[in-house]
Amino acid sequence: MSEQTTRVETASADAAPPGPPAEKKSGFRRILSGPVGRNLGLVIALLLIVLVGAITAGDTFTSINNVLTILRQASIIGVVSIGMTLVIISGGIDLSVGAVVGLASVVATLAAVQDFVDQTHWIFLVIVAIAVGVGAGLINGIVIAYGKVVAFMATLAMLVAARGLAEIIANRRTLVLEDRGFINFMNADIIGVDMLIWIFALVAVAGWLLLNRTTFGRRTVAIGGNREAARLAGIDVKRHIMWIYAISGLTAGIAAVMILGRTTAGTSTHGTLWELDAIAAVVVGGTLLAGGRGTITGTVFGVLIFQTLNNVFVQNNLSSSVQAVAKGVIIVVAVLLQQRFAKPTGRGD
Amino acid sequence: MIKVDHDPPLLTVRGVTKAFAGVQALRGVDLEVRAGEVHCILGQNGAGKSTLIKTLAGVHRPDDGEIVWNGEVVEIADPEAAIALGIATMYQELDVVDGLTIAENIFLGHELSRGGFSRRSEAAAQTRALLKRLGHGNLSPHTEVGRLSAANKQIVSMARALSHDIKLIIMDEPSAVLDTEEVKNLFHVVSELTSAGIAVVYITHRLEEIRQIGDRISVLKDGRSMATGLSVADTPTSELITLMTGRAVENVFPPATPVPADSPVVLQVQNLSLTGVFDDVSFSVRAGEIVGLAGLVGSGRSEILEAIYGARRPQNGSVAVGGATLRRGSVVKAVAAGVGLSPEERKSQGLVLDEPIFKNVTLSSFARFAKAGFLDERRERAVAREQIDALGLRPPDPDRPALTLSGGNQQKILLARWLVHGTRVLLLDEPTRGVDVGARADIYVLIRRLAAAGNAVVIVSSEIPEVLGLADTVLVIADGRVLNTLPASEIDEHGVLDLVMKGTAA
Repeated sequence: MSEQTTRVETASADAAPPGPPAEKKSGFRRILSGPVGRNLGLVIALLLIVLVGAITAGDTFTSINNVLTILRQASIIGVVSIGMTLVIISGGIDLSVGAVVGLASVVATLAAVQDFVDQTHWIFLVIVAIAVGVGAGLINGIVIAYGKVVAFMATLAMLVAARGLAEIIANRRTLVLEDRGFINFMNADIIGVDMLIWIFALVAVAGWLLLNRTTFGRRTVAIGGNREAARLAGIDVKRHIMWIYAISGLTAGIAAVMILGRTTAGTSTHGTLWELDAIAAVVVGGTLLAGGRGTITGTVFGVLIFQTLNNVFVQNNLSSSVQAVAKGVIIVVAVLLQQRFAKPTGRGD
Repeated sequence: MIKVDHDPPLLTVRGVTKAFAGVQALRGVDLEVRAGEVHCILGQNGAGKSTLIKTLAGVHRPDDGEIVWNGEVVEIADPEAAIALGIATMYQELDVVDGLTIAENIFLGHELSRGGFSRRSEAAAQTRALLKRLGHGNLSPHTEVGRLSAANKQIVSMARALSHDIKLIIMDEPSAVLDTEEVKNLFHVVSELTSAGIAVVYITHRLEEIRQIGDRISVLKDGRSMATGLSVADTPTSELITLMTGRAVENVFPPATPVPADSPVVLQVQNLSLTGVFDDVSFSVRAGEIVGLAGLVGSGRSEILEAIYGARRPQNGSVAVGGATLRRGSVVKAVAAGVGLSPEERKSQGLVLDEPIFKNVTLSSFARFAKAGFLDERRERAVAREQIDALGLRPPDPDRPALTLSGGNQQKILLARWLVHGTRVLLLDEPTRGVDVGARADIYVLIRRLAAAGNAVVIVSSEIPEVLGLADTVLVIADGRVLNTLPASEIDEHGVLDLVMKGTAA
């Protein structure tokens, strides 16, 4: 317009040419912002528990064998927790993981005793378990993303239904798996480390890469951080959410394979209350329940903290009830610390 | 300006200032309200009306200046203190609880009880009396508020104010959600209140309402009082509009480059309708052209942009980009076709605040920098850094979380996002809201540059001079209808407001 002044000086501070870069981080701060530093609280907590274990139980606690026991016990719930981490970072929750583990274990065992499977390879059993997990996860995802059902309710329904279905299929019996090839494979060790631990490590690394190095992970964090902004930036939010639950189902399926290998039996009670253990590990690991921020490393620490604590209690012949109380205290303290120290500038690694 | 000094004023506000995180919302506001009058406050969006109300309601505390209540200097520390003084506020977004009954809402926070047990029948009786006083004796105190119309919710909100012993009630655009009949009843209620000696501070955009019920008017602009206590009867409309629009701060607009006559139409919007929001909207934008939608808040301007973008699904009509019709209600398809939106609410709709600048810049395009699904953050950072330099984004650190940036720099992130993605159509909703005056000039230059690069640009702003200063063509919008389409050079702010107010009244 003619009467508007047409001065186009870029005089504001906003437009000034780039000045000196932001202050260099000091060495200490660099350590704190590294992957170890960001989980410093968790490292300290784990070390404390280890210290208590070493003092109270001595050599039996610090033996290589015991360390492997802790890791083996942590491995199955750990795999489930990796999937749960992605779900929670995206702003959701998956209560169905434990029930899906039970269902997948039953279906896979039943499939394994069929004649034609006997004649094929045991890998078929693995595929069946994983397919059941992914299938249940996809159903969760579709109901949540496209049916617009709250994740809490949709996965609660899956929990109840999957557990019931597992009972029907197993006819409330424990189905014994007799495939020696499979059992031998799952209970083998590589350079002295159990197969289960290797699987956990593999899943954790894959989860870390997925979250931190792929477009999938970027979308997950963006949706959890600000779903509307992600949608308006052109991300297909619904489709992505569907796949996130499918991945949680995938980790539940892998966990089912692992527990089949360890117990050589499929039963509908496998995985009971695992959803709560997984959520506890994820949250203690520093992932925000509200979504948008979280780390795989933290979750691994969270799982290890609970399993090590468990081990310390067992070594000292303390009852599981006392252990449950301690677990509760740890969860509350962890969340309190999170609220105290969670800075808005923090980022997932 | 008329000042009659027969009674000491009920409320006097002198030189109140208030700043939020560097943005000066109030720069010196004076106000004088007498018992039993309807005092209207007039001002454009961003003039400081809401901040002033919230200061009186005890939500904000003024940085400077004083508030005199009944001859005494008071400090209104919190909303309870305001109520205790006798100041009640009816906000635009009504603060009633949908799940509770009318009676429960009215006595929320000061429930009638004896020994810890609520006195339900007593509350119901008092509620009935209040509703009757407000001309709504037909409402039952036990009706759930969620089932009431907007007009009746307003009545509940008003009854709640009256359940306290109040002397001043502030109404923030109460007529915005009402139809003609309901507005009549509202006016009836207002005159009921004033005849009981209660003062009403009435905020509205609609001049004809002021003519009907107002006694005196105060005008705010850019956080400053332009006039205090003008008599409604003696002040012509044109003077009010001049007071509202006279600019203290010159807006700085870069020179317009004329759109070449042979420039192709890039965006074609045809008969777009969404029931109750906007109706039969058609226009086209050529490459290099900036089209501005001028209208008040609630006129449907933002919703039109969102419908073009696919973020809302219109019932009728079509949107075509470069001749190809877009799928209705699909943001993904719109973005793929080269449409970009800078949304109205930058923080809640535009940015992932905890994430660093570079991830926000590449939010629409990070997949392009990835190989087989694996991100290439080095390239992303490099691309973001280019934009940071080109746009003068501060601080120039791609790893800084978006949360820590000023409004102007956050806006630059959104523009950078579409610059990186590459667009043919850019939809800008309130691109300078919350951006300080200095940084605005930068944004204006950027918008022009984006148009000159061949984008078809559609801009929505509450600040009419901004629309007029940037746009080549202006669509004047009121109540979801396009009232007029004309070259920006053929209309001024006065003309737009005139059209809008007539259009709204119709």
